[in-house]
Amino acid sequence: MTTTLIDRTSQNIDPSTLVKDDRVHTSLYNDPALFALEMNKIFHKTWVWVAHESEVRGKGDFISTHVGLQPVIVVRDRKEKIHVLLNRCRHRAATVCETKKGRTNSFVCPYHGWGYGLDGSLRGVPMAEGYDEDFDKADYSLVSLRTETYAGLIFATFNEDAPSLDDFLGDAKPWIDLFMKQGGGYPVAFGGEHKFRFPGNWKIQLENTTDAYHFPVVHKSFLQSLDQQAEELFSFLDGDGYVQDLGNGHSVMVMIPELVDLEANLDEPIPERFSDLAESLSKNHGEEEVRRIIRAVGGSGFNVNLFPNLACSMAFFRVLRPVSVTETEIRHVTLLMDGGPKEANQARLRLHEHFQGPMGFGSPDDAEAWERVQRGAQAGPDMWIMLNRGLDGDGAGPDGTNRGDVSAETGMRAAYQMWKRMMSA
Amino acid sequence: MSQQITLQAASELLWQEADLLDRRAYDEWLDLWTDDGLYIVPIERDVEDYADVLNYAYDDAKMRRMRVIRLKSSHSMSALTASNTIRTVSRFVPLESADNEIRIRAAQHLVDYRRDSLRTTAADIEATIRRTDEGLKLVRKVVHLINCEDAVSGMGYLL
Repeated sequence: MTTTLIDRTSQNIDPSTLVKDDRVHTSLYNDPALFALEMNKIFHKTWVWVAHESEVRGKGDFISTHVGLQPVIVVRDRKEKIHVLLNRCRHRAATVCETKKGRTNSFVCPYHGWGYGLDGSLRGVPMAEGYDEDFDKADYSLVSLRTETYAGLIFATFNEDAPSLDDFLGDAKPWIDLFMKQGGGYPVAFGGEHKFRFPGNWKIQLENTTDAYHFPVVHKSFLQSLDQQAEELFSFLDGDGYVQDLGNGHSVMVMIPELVDLEANLDEPIPERFSDLAESLSKNHGEEEVRRIIRAVGGSGFNVNLFPNLACSMAFFRVLRPVSVTETEIRHVTLLMDGGPKEANQARLRLHEHFQGPMGFGSPDDAEAWERVQRGAQAGPDMWIMLNRGLDGDGAGPDGTNRGDVSAETGMRAAYQMWKRMMSA
Repeated sequence: MSQQITLQAASELLWQEADLLDRRAYDEWLDLWTDDGLYIVPIERDVEDYADVLNYAYDDAKMRRMRVIRLKSSHSMSALTASNTIRTVSRFVPLESADNEIRIRAAQHLVDYRRDSLRTTAADIEATIRRTDEGLKLVRKVVHLINCEDAVSGMGYLL
């Protein structure tokens, strides 16, 4: 047994000693000091996904969410500009919004009535004459995070010096573009979400969307609930899939190579499980349109994992939010064809419910496995979490990228190398 | 011959159902339903048609059967380690009544116990019950969890 002792009592943890090429130290799952450091060095330094544009469609539309541990509001102002604002009054810190989503003209603090515009600017202060002459409302706007978008995905960062979102996403962008083709000719839109928590560290979840290895074991009962054709589709460990390091901690796991480009191979026969849907669609849509919708309706055949908190996973977004070192909130956001046929969207909703959520045939089994990881990590505090499956070597993939087979732990290694880089910076 | 269903008779059906679910007598639970029955556990409140939104469960007969197969199989880790549950259903209110059919509302308190953890949850239940040749059956059951719009963790049992 490899047991390299790490001095965990030290106030000065050196994170770089905790991540090796093929393993990470158990303390990454359960050391509160590391968690605090992660919030500062990762979640407050890099681009964190906050919303999809369709969640704040119109002027004044907002949602409340988090960046790291900090509550924020994502809002579209009157000029259609999207802002990400800290949900904290500049006076005495009360949240200015406790609604999950809605439409408003302003945010008013309930404590002393300070009122803010949709761009975060302080508009009104009751009994302003009680302040000094030099009190300038311009100094008390809600704190605004740097905000950029790509393909409808809204990201925010506290870090003014971070590279552009474009540079940050880099090689992940073409995969995001491919993922968005599941609109089937319509824009992709937010269609509701399953939200749950599990008693474990956020990185256990981060690993999971780049882990094909677990699928036939954890999801056996899901596979058994499918028809034969679909079961074969999801039995991808024997196939030609792969995992590729996309840089900056991002990765793609291709499970079903024939479902990478949903606008290709439109002549393929329509799968048996979608034949009723195809028949219904053909009443109002031409044949090519029906084929495009059917091909897109089950989602893409891959997961794009964006470090640190979003995965564009087959037919949905997986969003993670660290709550504490041993608690994580997860959202599985379902995606609809915006303005698309009702029956196709109903099919997408039912497919999401089939796997995801507290009563899904997949998620509860995942959550059980993750909980077991956290519990097991209490044993052997000086042991290591192994990530040595399918060692990919340097530059084995196209253009010198790292690429392993579908069940390789390449994506996890990529994410942890980014973790190491950011935590050591 | 048409006939009204009393609130008492409808309540007794929900009590029977609660007992079956606590005992995980899932095959018998399937028999409580009409073939066109819908079992719905919504996320959102005040929805016109649950078919058009995301739910925790939106089960027709086929999906209910698949769900029961999964819960009974030994291939689901979460089902194998599912909580034990004890629930009570009470506060019955009649909402609508027609020949051989009644719609009622009730409150459900459920305690589940699993791996050192005791949780309680509450729900409003809306049920439509129909008289058939084989006795009273569930046509529709909508379970509004009190915290449905918040984070709801996995459950290896039925509500």
